[in-house]
Amino acid sequence: MSREDVLVTTAWAEENLSTPGVVFVEVDEDTTAYDGGHIPGAVRIDWKNELQDPVRRDFVDKAGFEKLLSEKGISNDDLVILYGGNNNWFAAYAYWYFKLYGHDSVKLLDGGRKKWELDGRELTTEVPTREKTNYVASEQDLSIRAFRDEVVDAINTKNLIDVRSPDEFTGKLNAPAHLPQESAQRSGHIPSAANVPWAKTANEDGTFKTAEELAELYAEAGIDTSKPTIAYCRIGERSSHTWFALRELMGLQDVKNYDGSWTEYGSLVGVPIELGEK
Amino acid sequence: MSDGCGAPAQTATPADTDTQGQVVLAGKVTGNDGPLGGAYVRLLNDDGDFVGEVQASADGDFRFYAASGEWTVRALHASGSGEASVRTGEPGLYEVPVTVN
Repeated sequence: MSREDVLVTTAWAEENLSTPGVVFVEVDEDTTAYDGGHIPGAVRIDWKNELQDPVRRDFVDKAGFEKLLSEKGISNDDLVILYGGNNNWFAAYAYWYFKLYGHDSVKLLDGGRKKWELDGRELTTEVPTREKTNYVASEQDLSIRAFRDEVVDAINTKNLIDVRSPDEFTGKLNAPAHLPQESAQRSGHIPSAANVPWAKTANEDGTFKTAEELAELYAEAGIDTSKPTIAYCRIGERSSHTWFALRELMGLQDVKNYDGSWTEYGSLVGVPIELGEK
Repeated sequence: MSDGCGAPAQTATPADTDTQGQVVLAGKVTGNDGPLGGAYVRLLNDDGDFVGEVQASADGDFRFYAASGEWTVRALHASGSGEASVRTGEPGLYEVPVTVN
């Protein structure tokens, strides 16, 4: 797999804004970003209200995903280009989600919204209308999704990569530094996890580092890439970004995202927790 | 606790803000013609490692919740970049203006 198979550049995107069969999708947590201006022709997916189950802590199910994509005017044959704010965290989460439900023709805009803006490219407030489709999803591909029991079993056996910031890893902060720090669950990290913050996989402009740079990064962190790997963060979106780097850019075969992440693990009764630096 | 991890919309932080016992770093990004909106503002720790990023408001305002230590705030904008450093100690508001050119 090459970089071009999973990423498009902002220059490519600008040239293909009206190419038939290509759909641009902005995915954000803060959906006012889209209202303030988005890539011309892009539709919006609201990470919280459209991708998450409104009651249980889980994703929308297969039927819900089919309904969502049908309403957005996305068909099974479309090439979907995902992008968003926060260095593509939620776009990477959506990418993982599209893969989970079997949509193969999906790529990320390298650098996301930030790179597009730093390039000084056009944003519009015009909302496109797309004709409804009959999208059909596959069953979830659980080879890329980890659940809590598997994570506990992975301690000291599989690679566990904690992609939060060093201060969250050691327990000094409970949340990313742009958020207030009140938090009820325990701080710390899963024993045997290596701390490789997601930001180390990206350049300042939000683009991903090269496969070679990524290989060097994980080698330095002591990750044995021949072993299965599980990535986690706080709620599973920053770790989707790292999952993308490991599986899609480096081509590792057995990489799972633990979407329950620290908000689940740090609230489980009886599981081991490690504090401080590793 | 926030359900998500995304950076919230940024607003100005008045000097008399009650920081609720937290170390708050806040400031305004300015360019050659005054306040510069929409810059990407990154918080780096004393090792130069990335800690967080927000997008400044239309008026250039940004805010981070940190801890005591040495911090660098770096702003990126289509018109250029700039950075400023600050040392924090006790909980409270630390103002960090950043000029981009």
